[in-house]
Amino acid sequence: MPAPIRLRELIRTIRTARTQAEEREMIQKECAAIRSSFREEDNTYRCRNVAKLLYMHMLGYPAHFGQLECLKLIASQKFTDKRIGYLGAMLLLDERQDVHLLMTNCIKNDLNHSTQYVQGLALCTLGCMGSSEMCRDLAGEVEKLLKTSNSYLRKKAALCAVHVIRKVPELMEMFLPATKNLLSEKNHGVLHTSVVLLTEMCERSPDMLSHFRKLVPQLVRILKNLIMSGYSPEHDVSGISDPFLQVRILRLLRILGRSDDDSSEAMNDILAQVATNTETSKNVGNAILYETVLTIMDIKSESGLRVLAINILGRFLLNNDKNIRYVALTSLLKTVQTDHNAVQRHRSTIVDCLKDLDVSIKRRAMELSFALVNGNNIRGMMKELLYFLDSCDPDFKADCASGVFLAAEKYAPSKRWHIDTIMRVLTTSGSYVRDDSVPNLIQLITNSVEMHAYTVQRLYKALLDDISQQPLVQVSSWCIGEYGDLLVSGQCEEEEPIQVTEDEVLDVLEGLLVSNLSTPVTRGYSLTAIMKLSTRFSSVNRIKKVVSIYGSSIDVELQQRAVEYNAMFKKYDHMRPALLERMPIMEKSSSNGPTEMVQTNGETEPSALESKHPPPVTQPTNQANDLLDLLGGNDVGPVIQTSMPTKPASSGGELLDLLGDLSLTGGPTSAPVSTGPPPQPGFLLDGLSSQNLFNDISAAGIPSMTAYNKNGLKIEFTFQRATPNPNIAVITIHASNTTDADMTEFVFQAAVPKTFQLQLLSPSSNVVPALNQGTVTQVIRVLNPQKQQLRMRIKLMYSHKGSAVQDLAEVNNFPPQAWQ
Amino acid sequence: MICVVDIDRTQVGPPAVCLIGTWRTTLCAACMRFMLLFSRQGKLRLQKWYTATAERDKKKMVRELMQVVLARKPKMCSFLEWRDLKIVYKRYASLYFCCAVEEQDNELITLEVIHRFVELLDKYFGSVCELDIIFNFEKAYFILDEFLMGGEIQDTSKKSVLKAIEQADLLQEEDESPRSVLEEMGLA
Repeated sequence: MPAPIRLRELIRTIRTARTQAEEREMIQKECAAIRSSFREEDNTYRCRNVAKLLYMHMLGYPAHFGQLECLKLIASQKFTDKRIGYLGAMLLLDERQDVHLLMTNCIKNDLNHSTQYVQGLALCTLGCMGSSEMCRDLAGEVEKLLKTSNSYLRKKAALCAVHVIRKVPELMEMFLPATKNLLSEKNHGVLHTSVVLLTEMCERSPDMLSHFRKLVPQLVRILKNLIMSGYSPEHDVSGISDPFLQVRILRLLRILGRSDDDSSEAMNDILAQVATNTETSKNVGNAILYETVLTIMDIKSESGLRVLAINILGRFLLNNDKNIRYVALTSLLKTVQTDHNAVQRHRSTIVDCLKDLDVSIKRRAMELSFALVNGNNIRGMMKELLYFLDSCDPDFKADCASGVFLAAEKYAPSKRWHIDTIMRVLTTSGSYVRDDSVPNLIQLITNSVEMHAYTVQRLYKALLDDISQQPLVQVSSWCIGEYGDLLVSGQCEEEEPIQVTEDEVLDVLEGLLVSNLSTPVTRGYSLTAIMKLSTRFSSVNRIKKVVSIYGSSIDVELQQRAVEYNAMFKKYDHMRPALLERMPIMEKSSSNGPTEMVQTNGETEPSALESKHPPPVTQPTNQANDLLDLLGGNDVGPVIQTSMPTKPASSGGELLDLLGDLSLTGGPTSAPVSTGPPPQPGFLLDGLSSQNLFNDISAAGIPSMTAYNKNGLKIEFTFQRATPNPNIAVITIHASNTTDADMTEFVFQAAVPKTFQLQLLSPSSNVVPALNQGTVTQVIRVLNPQKQQLRMRIKLMYSHKGSAVQDLAEVNNFPPQAWQ
Repeated sequence: MICVVDIDRTQVGPPAVCLIGTWRTTLCAACMRFMLLFSRQGKLRLQKWYTATAERDKKKMVRELMQVVLARKPKMCSFLEWRDLKIVYKRYASLYFCCAVEEQDNELITLEVIHRFVELLDKYFGSVCELDIIFNFEKAYFILDEFLMGGEIQDTSKKSVLKAIEQADLLQEEDESPRSVLEEMGLA
């Protein structure tokens, strides 16, 4: 029996095969030879045969008949056999086959072998593919090896222990004693694998986590030594000492510092040091910085450190290396909820990433852009996002369109802009919008009463161009059905009205009915639209004809509709006008966006960095009793205090400050102050929503007044009456700043006497720009049922040139028309 | 996170579960799932799986992933999302080195891990090329298994890893007893 061919020989032969069939033939021939060799129990060449089998397995051919042979190789005394045997076991065996359990005994013996390389093989195999049963049986041996002084074995035992814990978490406890002095090792291999082991234990068990918190100082020391130590050739990577170990330590610190103030504080310095001293010219330095940023953002770090972290991400965004840009975008997406303002500073760079060639970067940039949209930047951002929508891949279009609709809904500066934006999306990406956008858009259009003529005109023109995009067609047909009368009457104010006859409109709608491009749903929309026009147009006969034709349509839905509409013409003609009347304004149901958390996008009052959900703007409660009693007396002059200690912003707390620092001249005991928003008395609103506030106000000609003018901050009050209820005065404050520095974190608060009720709406922004470049406006609604003279105490807080400023003032010079 | 699958199927995807007998365990939240080496023509040169996966699933994943990675243009970044994993890949000459890592893993350091492995191969084979790995695939595996275990680095010192391989090779040579020419030909 000739010796089986060598491995390299086989490889060379197989590579000469010119076709798949030829290769298969060679493989089959060799497999047959190998099989018979196995049958003969040939010890000499078993190793060679298994090696060949492994090669053929990698090419994709079945090799299960070699499994038992691997076990025999493992049991052999020769190192060569063991090496190939263990490799074969890792490649061919898996834990789902019972055969693998036969390995257990061999591994156990080899774990106690006199040669460390054999022990190493056993540890490696167990650590890569050991099943739960094997792990249970052999955990004791691994634990023993974890305590050895041989660093070669110790490091492998640590990683093997990680695998054991992953497979059988209950065994974690038994490794605890062995971890005692793992970190005092000098050997980097042992250090690295020990940190991995500790990380695994801490991630799995809260008890372990609290137990290992005491290691933080030691970890900090090790990390510090790595950074400060000089060049160490053995562990150097591009000038950085053992980056792999640094990254693992940073990750462990992250887990230990999470939700623990003391640990977080203990690591603040080292994190700052790593963040500022790491060389960033190569990928390896950036890898460490990236891990540092992740750690800073996850633990309870101080705000300065967080800002540093976000700035690092900002610098990453400008890096030429696209990998770095990608991880920056990913991280910013994670932090945008908690550190929104900091991320906003990098908005323009993020928007530039929309133009990147890489698909992953584009997607990330898109998600992040949507997260950054707010009332201040909506116009600019939407321009970029719409441009992106036009040119992006089809995979993105649905998500982008939904994002645009959501953002437009939340922050549209005007109705016209909103409608225009929707039109743009529908006409350019109309086939990609989600199904639920059609009813949402219809609702939006219905509620924008003054825009109906404009909307229907634009939609009609869009239909003339293109009837292939179903969502667009559906919305258009619906609108034409509702507002067709406005269309033909040429009433549009917003743009040049088009001249269109009733017949032309009906032509278009009938065209939709017969077109191949229209889906059944679209046809349904068109038919209903045609029917509705019967009460708005005069060419009723034509409509009757169309409707009766479809009474025998094959499409059941259309047929049913047509039959019912026919009946409306015949038997129920008297009801027809009422049934087909214009739709009323629809109640806005809850937003269909996925945002459950408070998405303020930097618009409302900034809170202390610790709180994740910024509180709503504080509203003075009815508990302003003490203040009011003071106002009732005439001997209280304006109390201006500028030396109040700065306190962190918190909901409701400021009002306490407003009251608490004033000397009370024997007023009634203060009622307990609630920290939440006050209950809204129903009659103050009188069926008005804040939306209607902007619609119904008529300028009542009440003169405006200056309420406050000090230190460059001027606050003017302008007045309107909310028309349905003459007892409500609507005051708009206009804050302007004549100094040369912006006033940031601007907060305005007001309190009124007891007989009044006051509602403070959201401010337009919290920055009063310098040199009168803009104003902050905020609306106050005051209910004054007893027609008393209006008096108000206001409190102002802002940051100016780095220092916090607070001021109190009384406003008494209201014009009589404001409250009479 | 624990999810339960029936005993015939091992579901791969976090939380990945291996159902062995009556034990249900969860795999880690952050680790390397597998590493692949393949040529530009889509030939697999090395595959190392750090999670228990059925043979047919492995084949399917390899085929799919190769397709995705080979379709990437040179200007694109080294990371992509595939299924529920992150793929970190880098091309060295004619070979693609491809690692699948979990959501929480640091992609940039994974690139460094790949690079370190290539350096080890390079030092061992002396200016390594694809042919070296084709003809000495078992040695490539030995080096990988000395460098990584369970997806984690065993030793951060290049010297240390190479020394261990060298010593193991010596052991191998020692017990290969000298064979006579006649024995080789099967005549003795």
